[in-house]
Amino acid sequence: MTNPSGIGQSVRRREDFRFITGNGQYTDDINRPGQTHAFFVRSPHAHATIKSIDIAEARKSPGVRAILTGKELAADKIGGLICGWMIHSKDGSPMKAGGHPALAVDKVRYVGDHVAVVIADTLNQAKDAAELVAIDYETHKAAINVGDTQKPGQPQIHPEAPNNTVYQWHLGDKVATDAAFATAAHVTKIDLVNNRLIPNAMEPRAAIGEYDRGSGSYTTHTTSQNPHVARLVMSAFIGIAPENKLRVIAPDVGGGFGSKIFIYAEEVVCTWAAKKVGRPVKWTSDRTEAFLSDAHGRDHVTTAEAAIDAAGKVLAVRVKTIANLGAYLSTFSSSVPTYLYAPLLSGQYDIPAIYCEVDGVYTNTAPVDAYRGAGRPEATFVIERLMEVSARQLKKDPAEFRVQNFIKTFPHQTPVIMAYDVGDYPASMTKAMEMADYKNFPARRDASAKRGKLRGIGISAYIEACGIAPSKAVGSLGAGVGLWESAEVRVNPIGTVEVLTGSHSHGQGHETTFAQLVSHKLGIPIEQVSIVHGDTDKVQMGMGTYGSRSGAVGMSAIFVALEKVIKKATTVAAACMEVPVDQIDFEDGSFSARGTNNKMAFGEVALQAYVAHKFDSSVIEPGLKEGAFYDPKNFTFPSGVHIAEVEIDPDTGVTKIERWTAVDDFGTIINPMIVEGQVHGGIAQGIGQAMLEGAIYNDAGQLVTASFMDYCMPRADDLPSFDVGMTTTVCPSNPLGIKGCGEAGAIASPPALINAITHALGHENIAMPATPQAVWRAAQAAPSKIAAE
Amino acid sequence: MYTFDYRRPTSLDEANRALASLPGAKLLAGGQTLLPTMKQRLNRPTALIDLDAIANMKTITTKDGMLVIGAMVTHYAVANSAEVKTALKNLTVVAESIGDPHVRNRGTIGGSLANNDPAADYPAAALALGAIFKTSKRVLTAEQFFQGLFTTALEESEILTEIQFPLPKRFGYARFSNPASRYALVGVAVAETANGVRVAVTGAGADGVFRVPAMETALSKSFAPNALTGISVDPKTLGSDIHAAADYRAHLIGVMARQAVEMAAT
Repeated sequence: MTNPSGIGQSVRRREDFRFITGNGQYTDDINRPGQTHAFFVRSPHAHATIKSIDIAEARKSPGVRAILTGKELAADKIGGLICGWMIHSKDGSPMKAGGHPALAVDKVRYVGDHVAVVIADTLNQAKDAAELVAIDYETHKAAINVGDTQKPGQPQIHPEAPNNTVYQWHLGDKVATDAAFATAAHVTKIDLVNNRLIPNAMEPRAAIGEYDRGSGSYTTHTTSQNPHVARLVMSAFIGIAPENKLRVIAPDVGGGFGSKIFIYAEEVVCTWAAKKVGRPVKWTSDRTEAFLSDAHGRDHVTTAEAAIDAAGKVLAVRVKTIANLGAYLSTFSSSVPTYLYAPLLSGQYDIPAIYCEVDGVYTNTAPVDAYRGAGRPEATFVIERLMEVSARQLKKDPAEFRVQNFIKTFPHQTPVIMAYDVGDYPASMTKAMEMADYKNFPARRDASAKRGKLRGIGISAYIEACGIAPSKAVGSLGAGVGLWESAEVRVNPIGTVEVLTGSHSHGQGHETTFAQLVSHKLGIPIEQVSIVHGDTDKVQMGMGTYGSRSGAVGMSAIFVALEKVIKKATTVAAACMEVPVDQIDFEDGSFSARGTNNKMAFGEVALQAYVAHKFDSSVIEPGLKEGAFYDPKNFTFPSGVHIAEVEIDPDTGVTKIERWTAVDDFGTIINPMIVEGQVHGGIAQGIGQAMLEGAIYNDAGQLVTASFMDYCMPRADDLPSFDVGMTTTVCPSNPLGIKGCGEAGAIASPPALINAITHALGHENIAMPATPQAVWRAAQAAPSKIAAE
Repeated sequence: MYTFDYRRPTSLDEANRALASLPGAKLLAGGQTLLPTMKQRLNRPTALIDLDAIANMKTITTKDGMLVIGAMVTHYAVANSAEVKTALKNLTVVAESIGDPHVRNRGTIGGSLANNDPAADYPAAALALGAIFKTSKRVLTAEQFFQGLFTTALEESEILTEIQFPLPKRFGYARFSNPASRYALVGVAVAETANGVRVAVTGAGADGVFRVPAMETALSKSFAPNALTGISVDPKTLGSDIHAAADYRAHLIGVMARQAVEMAAT
């Protein structure tokens, strides 16, 4: 019997009804009795010393409850924001991190840096008073450009980090890599910029801090992807309250893309201030604040080289990257351009030697941290641009060149940490080429040329590491936390089920997919299953959602807990039917005693477990509730091939995406519709990066792209229809065989599109975003020739 | 947003009196620019005089060879007006291309023209067509009305009431949109009326909407896209920003002008 809500079914998203009918409960929808409103006074300067803050006039403004600065924070011994991943430089020294106070003390380091908070009865009153806060700044020259910030003569941003250099890290075998380059028949070298992006989740960040005098405990509602981690950091490191006196709730959250992993100043300040003003304190970011103060993504400058032998085999890859970390180290920022980046530089290829150096640097810009893909889009961009340019220089078909260099046997140990467990890279390439009608591209190119248009095709064969990650492994690499996940399955007496998960859904559809797993395993209708997440008072410690980990790790934890529930229920059923446990079969939601007609539905067994009338409770514990903490055995390695085909109008520079083919191997798929949606969304973000988006700071450190008037978010009409296909190799590292799908589209798509655009233009390179102006200029610079036939 | 007073007159006389009696007041048309700037505390009028209840500023009529559109007519109403479709069909294309459905249902032709945003669409259409601007005090030509970036001839106590478009022999408008804002990076309107051919450019000028005499001369001789070959606008007179440098804008003026001519010819 096929379970209509089981694994593999495109069950409609159960959460969407409340979202699309306006019945979601986002943080800003929540209002607490006596609530006050916080407005943050932010630095208008990229780099300045705070000489004085005069709040006298502002304090007299109507409705003002408090105006707080870094001095009050320090007096209350509230610690600064932390970076939770220690990176060591190649000389063995620990990274050089400056302090990150939740309200600036002495100095501001980027436009939007939080200096003071005004708390008033209404938001408008808080804004009125904020205009009266008089801050005397002594401004300094700002270091803005990632490529220049380490140079002599640049301003020093933190005294702890000479030359604005946080670390000089490396990975791989330098000697072996250099040796391969010394003898290579061909060396390809390219310079790449991975453009800076601003996440722009639909729901801006928000927080409500509350303090209960009676119990001495705090509650924080916040837009978080990982409320338990937020509680851990605010308790153990920032010191607001011990964990048992701090409840963190992340209710409905409208998108994160990484930007809501981090613990920000605003939720810390609202929570701390709630006790000071004796009332709940609410803050909701406006869109301008979001542009200025959400952690940004990417922002790398890279030189990459490939050493290739006479037969076209890649012998070695050498990469040097400078990664912008912004003005302060955000929560996981240090790991993104290091351990989430360089270990992916082997791509899908059997490359004997790889050496990567990364300098993490400070600039007077907003902090930079994980953004959909986090390091892996940057790595994929490097390797897939390098492979494409190499193929063109060697006059080889880019698809054939890739296939020639593919890893074809598994497991495969790369020279950069990762041990790939399973995959079939040629299968994805073959299927993608068929779906994209790759072989007939020349005819389509000729047809475009007849109309005066330039047509190009570009491939990206990506791999990523998801399901992060084995706790011991990431601990050895510097992570401050373990990256397991937890689940508790509570079966109620009438057989309905609540699953408490440490994962957090902010668009992913967990309320549907996690319930599908329960329905599948227990054979009960999905309507009988509820998914509970996002509240540290309800849910056991969990690690949250990021890095495409909720399927591979979060659902594995649920799987293990469900196995325990079934085992326990089997003992109850056996006792009730008076047969040995090994005589019980469980199928389609029914326990049956083998060789008899005796059967008990799952709900009947649950009831018997709770009434405890039919078994010896000194042998079998009453109740039916089981938990699990699941630590993955390995990273998972989703992979695939995307093929983009574009047509360029050389007269305007407008690039039209004519076809987009995505063939992904995500392992087991729980809900094909939701997976396809994740692929679509990821590609949209990748196309955004490649053609539309780019944060621009001017030399003074002002964010020029601080609104949607200037920062180009992808819209539906910027995007083509996507042809999405799947190949499947089941992941051996977790019980469900899941690899993860949340980031793949954003990882795969930028190089596919840039490869297509440069192919059309006959150029090796074009900077992202490849806007119409940039493409027009490139088209003017050289008459069209097709670089790779 | 700062606090402000709010008036909703039902006649032009009442609006004039309110404007005269309230120093620091601003007129509210569709509010699609004014209200966002007020929300961001970038604009602080003491009072808003909402023109929305003045019925005779919302009419569209054709008389004496002119299409007359009240200043408070929304973009949506222009785009869907049978009167406009008959008299000046391609003006509906201009209106339909502005903003999004929300903006088109609130934003008005008078509000747009009075704001004279250098990247707005209507100023190019009005200048190319040689529109007449009727105000509470006087009548102005398009050349008199547009006076530079966000600047018009309107005085503090003057209300734009209607715009009269001479019915052209042909009219076309083509826009290259700013990828982010979707305002005009370059918009070119081409019109042939009893007074000859006029070409007006929005989005590109360093000083707002402007005419291109060389293109007008060429099109007067031959109203065809290829008549524009070789005619260029000096990039030094054009704006330059993160979205488009002046030379790219200059190039796009040529491309959009040819497209506008094609549209006008059909």
